Amino acid sequence: MKKSVLFGTMAAAAVVAGAAGAGTLEDVIARGELNCGSNAGLAGFSAPDANGVYQGFDVAFCRAIAAAVLGDPMKVKVIPLSSETRFTALAAGEVDMLARTSTWTYSRDNDLKLDFVGVNYYDGQGFMVKKSLGVSSAKELDGATVCIQTGTTTELNLADYFKSNGMTYEPVPLKDNAEAEQQYTAGACDVYTTDASGLAATRATFADASEHVLLPEIISKEPLALVVRHGDNQWADIVKWTFNALLTAEELGITSTNVDEMAAAPGVNPEINRLLGTEGELGAMMGLSKDWAVKAIKAGGNYGEIFEANIGASTSIGLARGLNALWTQGGLQYSPPFR
Amino acid sequence: MSTAVDAPGSNFRLGMLIYDTRYRSLTIQVVFLALLIAFFVWLVDNTIHNLSLKGKDFDFGFLFVRAGYDINQTLVEYTNDSTHGRALVVGLLNTLFLAFLCCVLATIIGLIAGVLRLSKNWIVSRLMAIYIETVRNVPVVLWIVLVNAIMSISMPEPKEFRGENPSASMILFDSVAVTNRGVYLPEPLFEHGMGSLQLGYFSVSLNLLAILAVIIGSVWGYRRIQASATKVQHVTGVRPVTWWKSVLIITVPIVALKFALGFHLGYPELKGFNFNGGLQARNSLIAMWIALSVYSATYIAENVRAGVMAISRGQTEAALALGLRSGLALRLVVLPQALRLIVPPLISQYLSITKNTSLAIAVGYMDLRSTLGGITMNQTGREMESMLLLMGIYLTISLIISALMNVYNKSIALKER
Repeated sequence: MKKSVLFGTMAAAAVVAGAAGAGTLEDVIARGELNCGSNAGLAGFSAPDANGVYQGFDVAFCRAIAAAVLGDPMKVKVIPLSSETRFTALAAGEVDMLARTSTWTYSRDNDLKLDFVGVNYYDGQGFMVKKSLGVSSAKELDGATVCIQTGTTTELNLADYFKSNGMTYEPVPLKDNAEAEQQYTAGACDVYTTDASGLAATRATFADASEHVLLPEIISKEPLALVVRHGDNQWADIVKWTFNALLTAEELGITSTNVDEMAAAPGVNPEINRLLGTEGELGAMMGLSKDWAVKAIKAGGNYGEIFEANIGASTSIGLARGLNALWTQGGLQYSPPFR
Repeated sequence: MSTAVDAPGSNFRLGMLIYDTRYRSLTIQVVFLALLIAFFVWLVDNTIHNLSLKGKDFDFGFLFVRAGYDINQTLVEYTNDSTHGRALVVGLLNTLFLAFLCCVLATIIGLIAGVLRLSKNWIVSRLMAIYIETVRNVPVVLWIVLVNAIMSISMPEPKEFRGENPSASMILFDSVAVTNRGVYLPEPLFEHGMGSLQLGYFSVSLNLLAILAVIIGSVWGYRRIQASATKVQHVTGVRPVTWWKSVLIITVPIVALKFALGFHLGYPELKGFNFNGGLQARNSLIAMWIALSVYSATYIAENVRAGVMAISRGQTEAALALGLRSGLALRLVVLPQALRLIVPPLISQYLSITKNTSLAIAVGYMDLRSTLGGITMNQTGREMESMLLLMGIYLTISLIISALMNVYNKSIALKER
């Protein structure tokens, strides 16, 4: 018995060691599936639908990348990760990339040896309280009990914010959004704090959503980004430029419905031609097929379509584009040129 | 015979290591040991190699960096300006505090349940059987989450204590508030306290030290009185009356100290969002304490039952035949013998309670696993260092508990003279 366990461990260790060695792109192609780390359940961003298939804003980027690399947006294995385990899972090779509302920070980028390749949502940390509490500003929260997801940047921002405003608070650390939601609705804390988008998503799932308000203060910058491991530049480029392709598609008016038509023959706009592979060899430069961007756009549409379908004003989450509008419309989403 | 002894020296061949039964088992053991060592060397080498491949070094320097996060339950002074190392200590103390509370409560419940399960009363013994079998056959983490959920959902919110006609009120003469954020208890305060003593990184309350010193002194005095009374009894055959001396030596010093320090209770009071003042036992602590104790008590109950049942019926009968009442027979004859059987498995129960406190992350109790192995690890990205440190600390705690309990076990073991 002891021996068989030992050999099992050896075999497993050998497999892991082997996997870490090769390039991520080759691994994904050999596996025929993209392992994408995301939230276990955050409405609008990543949550299983009625059929148990993960859907949402973050998952849509996983699908676009799977489509670009493997040609099929459904060849994604969404691996739900807690905020505590996500980076370890990525570093250990358990997932190929993270699309899990992860904030891009200096120390994560450098000390954790990660690469943040594209900010898919510009966010900031906010506060949600019950209307009945009668609080209209975060400055009135002195002495409040605050529910918070442990192991996140929000934990540090919160400490800094209350300290710099000379206020005290009582933290209730919780391990994920579901736990926090339960404690907040039970009234075990006065305030729930996390990224404003997450608050909106959580509030949308409440039966009495109108009884809860988001306070106006946004106390931090939270650029939520797609993350890959440090050191595999080819894979980082694939994730980065697939994301950029979706932004450029919105800028150029390419949608999931007209992409086939536009890709059928070279048109008058050379940038569209280059992006859709009817001119030049942009795909081959990254080790992908000519029509990688076409497949990526067909998966869930361009950036704007993905936003509107999952978290936009027409959904129950109801987030405005705000900072996430294209740069041409006063937002921050800006893709380098495809040239 | 002599030829057989001489044989290895004179004509030993290499093949004999495998074919000769005298050497075979030794050969197999040596080969296995060599393989095992080679495996661990490879494992460590592979880890170091892979870490360096990722550009990560192995460094405990992060322990001296500002932590930046807050901890709600702190037994020693801590702010978010303190270091990760200090957060580790806070977590460690929280772990030990919880483990201590759980061991005490689990032992009490376990002892009672174990004895009751042996009761001749059918209903009582059946009820205990049901308690033991249901509780211990469900994973403990579910009990923890359940108790936490009950606390946070069914208890009143602090705001329900407010207003002219509050829907909730404090209990025990308005001194204790049970809310869904925890239980607020009166706290001991000292009007003219003696301040605290700075011991390197930590400050120790002199008031607490004074109280401990007085209690130890009183107990020592009490035992001296008893010892001298026994001496007199041995000499004269009559035990002198000592109860009033005992009462005096136990009560007078502590009461005197109480007045000297200006002791009074600070009651929790509703201010702003929460109760202020008083001691707060948070939901997470209560959930961990109750769930873990009730769960572990089932195992202790079975240990107790096994220990008592292992003592032969003849011992009880002999004690009864000598005229001892059944209570005395249990206390003087059965239990001392049963304890020898109960204590060794009890040690392992205490160890597993201590290790199970690491489930605290499930309800957000800030123990060692949640501070060092949770937030610190996550913010600094030092998984290897944190996990090794965590394992080392748990190992040390377990070995210390084990050593202490073994000393106790020796003291109650059968003395063979």
